[in-house]
Amino acid sequence: MNIRHSTYHRALEITENICIGCSHCIKVCPTEALRVAGGKAGIHADWCIDCGECYRVCPTRAIRVMDDDFNRIFDYRHRVLLVPSVFFAQFSESVSRESIFNIIGELGFTEVCAVEQSVDTLIDEINEYVKTEEKPVISSFCPAVIRLIQVRFPSLVDHIMKLLPPIEITAQYYKKRFERDGISEKDYGIFYLTPCIGKIAAVKSPVGGYTSPIHGVINMDYFYNKVYLAYKQRIPITNSIIINSELSSKGVLFPTTGGESSHIKGKALAIDGMKNVIDFLEMLENEEIKNVDFLEIRACDESCAGGILSHRNRFLTADSLRNFATKIPGTHKLVEEYKKFCSAVVHMDKIEPRSMVKYDRDIEVAIKKMENARELKELFPGIDCGACGAPSCEALAEDVVRGQADINACIFLRTIFEKRGEITIKEAIKIMEDIWGKERFDKNE
Amino acid sequence: MHFEYKVEGGDFTLAGYASSQIKKTLKQLGADPAVIKRVVVALYEAEVNIVAHAYRGVIYADIQPGGITLRLVDEGPGIPDVEMAMTKGFSTASPQVREMGFGAGMGLPNISENADSFSIETEINKGTTLTIGINFK
Repeated sequence: MNIRHSTYHRALEITENICIGCSHCIKVCPTEALRVAGGKAGIHADWCIDCGECYRVCPTRAIRVMDDDFNRIFDYRHRVLLVPSVFFAQFSESVSRESIFNIIGELGFTEVCAVEQSVDTLIDEINEYVKTEEKPVISSFCPAVIRLIQVRFPSLVDHIMKLLPPIEITAQYYKKRFERDGISEKDYGIFYLTPCIGKIAAVKSPVGGYTSPIHGVINMDYFYNKVYLAYKQRIPITNSIIINSELSSKGVLFPTTGGESSHIKGKALAIDGMKNVIDFLEMLENEEIKNVDFLEIRACDESCAGGILSHRNRFLTADSLRNFATKIPGTHKLVEEYKKFCSAVVHMDKIEPRSMVKYDRDIEVAIKKMENARELKELFPGIDCGACGAPSCEALAEDVVRGQADINACIFLRTIFEKRGEITIKEAIKIMEDIWGKERFDKNE
Repeated sequence: MHFEYKVEGGDFTLAGYASSQIKKTLKQLGADPAVIKRVVVALYEAEVNIVAHAYRGVIYADIQPGGITLRLVDEGPGIPDVEMAMTKGFSTASPQVREMGFGAGMGLPNISENADSFSIETEINKGTTLTIGINFK
């Protein structure tokens, strides 16, 4: 198996010397891409969708986000930070936006803009798109959902809306603006503050034949701490920053659940949370869902308010966003300007499925292997204990027929073999050590 | 490779289980998504037919490298007029069933359209057997 310590798009990495092989991550992975071996977790890179569910449950922070080095911003003379609305909602209402903007300037950015500035125009484009395309149209907003569909629901890829998400349109707007002002490409850097890991992968290896104009991605959790520390320490503000704060209530609410579907004409549903998403996509794939025009589907519970790199409680974050939305107008001054160039840049190509080869590319071999796996699964206890290092009995059976695990890895079968005298206690311990690491067994001696 | 699923008449909560399982299997085997879609549509429709019209039934699936053969054997009232049942839009479903979003007709024609081979045997007051063949290539 192509087990590595970083993901397909290298958005996540397991730091081996911090990983304690606790196996929490293997249980939450929606594509069963993780295994424990030698006392450490490894990722089946081809199956990973960069959703970050593993990152969420890791108790030792061994799973590291592969964000860009912050100091890279200083490679550019003009340094724009595109800030998602959820970032401001990380702070309590007593921390003013103005002070946050000033700190962002003090930390090194020359201009700041809301990611969701492009949302008003995008919504019009979506409504046009939905009129003519195959229903239901699935929003392209959540990168983890796009990758989940590519890997687990390949027959649904054609339903994914071929329109860019707000971050890319806003970034394109900035690129255009710098070009218009005659600023050379090497002089400006567009940076994105991300509340999620999927977006890092999405910017680094975008889908749909597209190249992102974004120069770097900054981890929102890391940056929140940096900003809040500066706020607490009351650092003096010596740099000035251009604040492009044009934003409508639609934009602020867009990253919350229902913030997209509520603007779409026709029957539109909003689905959030990985388990709900998988259940719904299963039904959609079975053609059990009829007469729906648009689906807003987001991997995180409470959408981006519950983003992997969001520090604050998701419900408080969503509440902050809703509160702020009541205080600002329903449109903003730059909408017309966005409209002028948006339709030229908003489209992307078809998204290709990413096949998850379970057994073999040859169907004849695959059928044989699957038959073996089914027989093996019958031998296993069916309690999905994970003591073998795989997330379920079914996953172990698959690993065994692929030649990537041994049947003795099952603690139940091993006990039977020991009872029958077919393996010695010493051998049994060796197997345990191979899976969970030798140190685990040394400490009690 | 053989699979077998029992289906209970009137239990709409579980309708779709067999098609979901077969879908999962075909995906793991790496079958073409377009083929999987045809299998799922045909099987789901046929599975719901047993739930809606028969007392009980068994679905037998046989997967070979060339394709899948599905045999749906039910104990039920049988189909009095197969030709009529094969007509688009014709439905005998009760209002209750229609309220749940099922029974809009099109069942059998839709199955046959998605299949590479399709046959139907039926005996009044005994039951119906559908045989659906779909090739992988």
